[in-house]
Amino acid sequence: MSWITEYVRPKIRGLLRRDVPDNLWTNCESCGQMILTKELRRAMNVCPHCGHHMKALVPDRLAWTFDNGECTRIELPPAPVDPLGFRDQKKYTDRLKDARAKSHLDESLIVAHGTIGGYPAVVGVMAIEFMTGTMGAAFGERFVAAARLAVLQKSPLVVFTASGGARMQEGVISLMQMPRTTIGVQMLKEAGLPYIVVLTNPTTGGVTASFAMLGDVQIAEPNALIGFAGPRVIEDTVREKLPEGFQRSEYLLDHGMLDMVVDRKNMRETLARVIGLLMRAPAKPEGEKATQSVAESGAAQTSPAA
Amino acid sequence: MRQFLDFEKPVAELENKIDELRQMTDPDGVNIAEETARLSEKAEKHLRAIYAKLTPWQKVQVARHAQRPHAQDYINALLTEFTPLAGDRLYADDKAIVGGIGRFDGQPVVVIGTERGSDLETRLSHNFGMARPEGYRKAQRLMKLAGRFNLPILTFIDTAGAWPGIDAEQRGQAEAIARSIEVCLEAPVPLIATVIGEGGSGGAVALGAGDRVMMLEHAIYSVISPEACASILWRDPKQASTAAETLRLTAQDLSRLGLIDRIIPEPVGGAQRDPQAALASVHDALAEELKALLPLAPARLKELRREKFLAMGRENLS
Repeated sequence: MSWITEYVRPKIRGLLRRDVPDNLWTNCESCGQMILTKELRRAMNVCPHCGHHMKALVPDRLAWTFDNGECTRIELPPAPVDPLGFRDQKKYTDRLKDARAKSHLDESLIVAHGTIGGYPAVVGVMAIEFMTGTMGAAFGERFVAAARLAVLQKSPLVVFTASGGARMQEGVISLMQMPRTTIGVQMLKEAGLPYIVVLTNPTTGGVTASFAMLGDVQIAEPNALIGFAGPRVIEDTVREKLPEGFQRSEYLLDHGMLDMVVDRKNMRETLARVIGLLMRAPAKPEGEKATQSVAESGAAQTSPAA
Repeated sequence: MRQFLDFEKPVAELENKIDELRQMTDPDGVNIAEETARLSEKAEKHLRAIYAKLTPWQKVQVARHAQRPHAQDYINALLTEFTPLAGDRLYADDKAIVGGIGRFDGQPVVVIGTERGSDLETRLSHNFGMARPEGYRKAQRLMKLAGRFNLPILTFIDTAGAWPGIDAEQRGQAEAIARSIEVCLEAPVPLIATVIGEGGSGGAVALGAGDRVMMLEHAIYSVISPEACASILWRDPKQASTAAETLRLTAQDLSRLGLIDRIIPEPVGGAQRDPQAALASVHDALAEELKALLPLAPARLKELRREKFLAMGRENLS
C-alpha cells in the first residue's frame, strides 16, 4: 500500500460520504422490507416494520445516548503498536491501519462524557466497526481511563458493548485485559458509583466473560447475540441444533442474566431513570421525560419473550 | 507404558532397543550391560537436545501430554490433610474443578484446580477439565472461604478452556468467569496460580488473576487454542503450528512479555517423564513464593496485585 491509498483515500471517502447520500432505500436484514434510508436513520436504525435493531456506529450511539446528542470525547491513551509482531495472512499492523481507515476511529473503545437526562455520565462505546470490537491492550487502557474519569467526576459509567471478544493478534496480552477491565469495574464499585452495561449485538468471548457481565444493572438491546462461546463453536462441540432464540437478549433475560431488554428508542430515558435512582438524585418535577414513572416506561420497554 | 510424542521418536526407538537388550539372556552378559548403558546415555542425550529447543507447537503437545501430573496429582502430593469441598450451593458440583482445604508444608491453604482426568472414565466425569458455570461458582465460593479464614489460595490450571455447551451458556458461563476473575482480584489473601499444562483462555484466567502466576517450563497459556486460531485467521486448521508460534503461548514468551512471574523448571523430557521431579519442583516454587507473600497485609496484597494487572500491555502502547 502506498502513502496515497493510506492517507488520502480515507479523506476522499469521508467527503463522498457527506456529499452523496447512501442508497435511498435500505433492506431490513431481518424482515427484508425496503425502508427509506432517511426514515431508518430517524428511527435509530431500527426497522419500522419488524423492530429489528440494526448496527449502530459509534457517532450515532453517542448522539442517541447523550442529551441533545452533545458530549465531549475524552483524549485517550495512544493506540497500540504490535506487541507480538503478529502476522497471519495479513500483518496485525496492516489490519489496524485498515480498521482505522474504514472506521474513522483509532480503537475499539471510544469514551465520552456529558449528561443523560440531566445527569452527568461517562459513556464508553465499543466499536464493532473496528476489528469487530475486539479487546486488546489499548482497549483495556481506555476502559480503565473511563473508569478513572467517572470516579474523578463522581459520575456513573455506562458501557455499550459490541465485540467478538479478545483480540487474538495480541495473544495473552489481550487475555489479561479481562482482569484489567475488571479492576476498572472495581474502582467504580469502591467509589460507590453505578456501572451500567448495555449489551448490543453481538457481545461474545472474553468481553462477555469480564466487564460486560459485571454491571450493577445489565441492559440489552432486543435480539442481541450475547454469550461466552460463539454459536458455531457450541454447535461443533455438542453436535446438536441450538434452541430457538439461544443466546439472544430475551433468552438471557429469561435465564436471569439481564435486568431488562430495552428498545433503542427508550434507551436514553431508561438510562437516565436508572442513574437518577442509583445516584439518589432528587425527584424531578412531573412531566419531565427523564423521570417517567416506572409503570409508563415499563410499558414502553420490550416485553420479555414468553 | 510410556507414551511418546512424534518428535520423541528417536528416543522411543533407542529405549525400545534397550528394553529388548534387557530381555535377552546372553552368556556374554557384560556386553549387554555395557551396550544398554551406552544406549541409555545416547537416549538421554537425544532427549536433552530435543527438549532444549522445543518449538511452540511441540510444547503444545507436551503441555497436553496425558501422562503429565494433573491438578489432583499435585494436590495429593503437595498437601496433607487434604479435605475436598464440593458444590456451588446453587446448582451442582462440577468435577472439572476440584478443590478443598489442606496443609501445604503445614500451612492451612485453600486449593483449587481444573482436573482433566487420567483415563476414559475419569476424563468423562471431569469433562476433560472443561468447567461449567457451577465449577467457576464453586471456585468463587472456595476463594471467599479462604478470605474469611485467612488461608492462602493455590490454584492449578490445566484446561483447554471453559465448556462451550448449551447448558453452560444457559446458566451464565460468561458471568461465572467474570465473577471468578473479580473474586480472585478481591481476595484478601495470597493467591498463587500455577499453569501446570494448558492454560486455555478465559477458563484459565478465571483461576489465574493472582499475586503470582507461575508456569511450568513446557506449559502453555493462550488466548485461543492454536487449532482454532489457525482455522479462523488462516482458514486452515493445519496451520496450527504456525499459529502456535505466532500466538506467543510458551512460558518463555510470556515471561519475556512480563505476563507471568515465574517459570518452574521441568525434568529433562518434561513433567510426564518424571512426575516426582516435577511435583518437587512445583513444591519448591510454591514454598518460596508463599513465604514472600504471607507477611503482606491484605490491603497491600490487593494493591500490588492490582498494579500488576493494570500494567499489562501498557508498555506496549506507542
